[in-house]
Amino acid sequence: MLRFVARRVALTIPVLLGVATLVFLLIHLIPGDPAQAMLGEAAPQADVAALRTQLRLDRPLLEQYVDFLGGLIRGDLGTSLRTRTSVGAQIAERLPATFELALAAMLVAMAVAVPLGIAAAAWRGTFVDHAAMAVAMGGMAIPNFWLGPLLAIVFAVELGWLPVSGRGGIDHLVLPAVSLGLALAAMLARMIRASLLEELREPYVRAARARGISWSRAVIVHAFRNSLIPVVTILGLQFGAVLTGAVITETIFSWPGIGRLLIQSIGFRDYPLVQGCILLIAVTYVAVNLITDLAYGFLDPRIRYQ
Amino acid sequence: MTRAGAAIVCVTVFAAMIGPAIAGIDPAFQDLPLRLEGPSPAHWLGLDELGRDILARLLVGARISLIVGAVVVGISATVGTLLGSIAGYYGGIVDDVVSRVSDILMAFPGLLLAIAVVAVLGPSLTNVVLALTLIGWVGYARLIRGQVLRMRELEYVQAARALGAATPRILARHIVPATLPALIVQATLGMGGAILAEASLSFLGLGVQPPTPSWGTMLNYGRSHLLDAPHLTIVPGLAIAVLVLGFNFLGDGLRDALDPTMSEGRRG
Repeated sequence: MLRFVARRVALTIPVLLGVATLVFLLIHLIPGDPAQAMLGEAAPQADVAALRTQLRLDRPLLEQYVDFLGGLIRGDLGTSLRTRTSVGAQIAERLPATFELALAAMLVAMAVAVPLGIAAAAWRGTFVDHAAMAVAMGGMAIPNFWLGPLLAIVFAVELGWLPVSGRGGIDHLVLPAVSLGLALAAMLARMIRASLLEELREPYVRAARARGISWSRAVIVHAFRNSLIPVVTILGLQFGAVLTGAVITETIFSWPGIGRLLIQSIGFRDYPLVQGCILLIAVTYVAVNLITDLAYGFLDPRIRYQ
Repeated sequence: MTRAGAAIVCVTVFAAMIGPAIAGIDPAFQDLPLRLEGPSPAHWLGLDELGRDILARLLVGARISLIVGAVVVGISATVGTLLGSIAGYYGGIVDDVVSRVSDILMAFPGLLLAIAVVAVLGPSLTNVVLALTLIGWVGYARLIRGQVLRMRELEYVQAARALGAATPRILARHIVPATLPALIVQATLGMGGAILAEASLSFLGLGVQPPTPSWGTMLNYGRSHLLDAPHLTIVPGLAIAVLVLGFNFLGDGLRDALDPTMSEGRRG
């Protein structure tokens, strides 16, 4: 197991280095002079030159790259152009809100997907199956930037049950989490159905039935538990999709997380902050993928020896 | 469901091609006194915040969505097939380079890299296509690489090699055509993904810029009028959902028909 962990961690290092390199290069993709683009065309040349020096854009590319990597190792993500505060501190301040939303969305996804997937598999080929899968297909097609406003119209404006924006208690979390989690729920429901159908064909389910165990117990206690292993893996891999979806959901519901910070910083052309947000989301995604891989290897010994 | 998907896609393509001409209303014409008016016999889907006909804008927006989807999928599939087949066939350092680059691009979840690229290049339709293609080719390259790895050991490929066929000919005549079913399925599902991605970027203000109508931009502007004119939000959102659903239905059906090994339905 230790060799497996070491191998997976070693494979992650070049990916992280590649991610950092791409994020570093982003600022150099800006057409023309990046410093001028950040301050606007009307900015005085003295200010542009000062910013160029501050961002070390006047240094050779390799030197800038080494400085950037050195900063990352020290945990220094640079300084925001707009607020003049540390990018790392701003991100750290917003991080809990994004994680709170992402976890809540995943809980919503599981709460919807599990009964839907089980019902579709248990009543395979019937109206229940077709209806559940049609709902799942619909859920995958509905953009969260449409679902969010619709939910807000119904539950916040018309019924007045829930607040329409901001972060506060659980009631503030409901609409953003549902809006973000439903697409994932739809995908998971299809996965659970497929995985459960495979398990239901296994001999141990027939053996359980032969021992007199009821159909519902065989499905839920025996087959469903085993069908969850690939589902949990997919859930881990989909964490990235949730993080990206959060960029849109946070914008719609004015949720003070990293996604909203990213869009706001794009609007202000605060590129050091854009770089920091992108880097943090990507690194979080890589880390969650690594943890999922390790967990899968722990749960299924065959993976360790591949 | 496949037929429903095909019907949705065909109707949308047809509407996008001839719709703007038939509708007979300039999508940029502003009838300000009637702004935010709901559906009526004169304006079937109502008017937007500047008094422009929503149906006319929806039809032009459909054209943009389909063109973006087709261009992104077309370029991504071509680049992905080329790189995936070379990586899979030759292996070694070429495979390592393609695989590591795709690993790095896959480390950026979903739209994040596209958002980053458009953020620095500036919002425009061309930059959206560029950004979506930059992340889009990876899925095709991985798919084709896997297929080529399997196929290069098949007897008919070995026979072609033994007969002295050059590698480009083996790839172009014997291997890549055999990957087409999987490629078509991925491209069909990819159309839905690309349309949704373009709409997401436009919704965030990073895609198609006004006054050009795009479904994502229409939804973004409709958000400010959720209470007084909900049709501004409902109509473009529904259009996106239905078209994406159409491509998903079609892709699922094609997968069942062309590539049974990938079908989850057959497992049950």
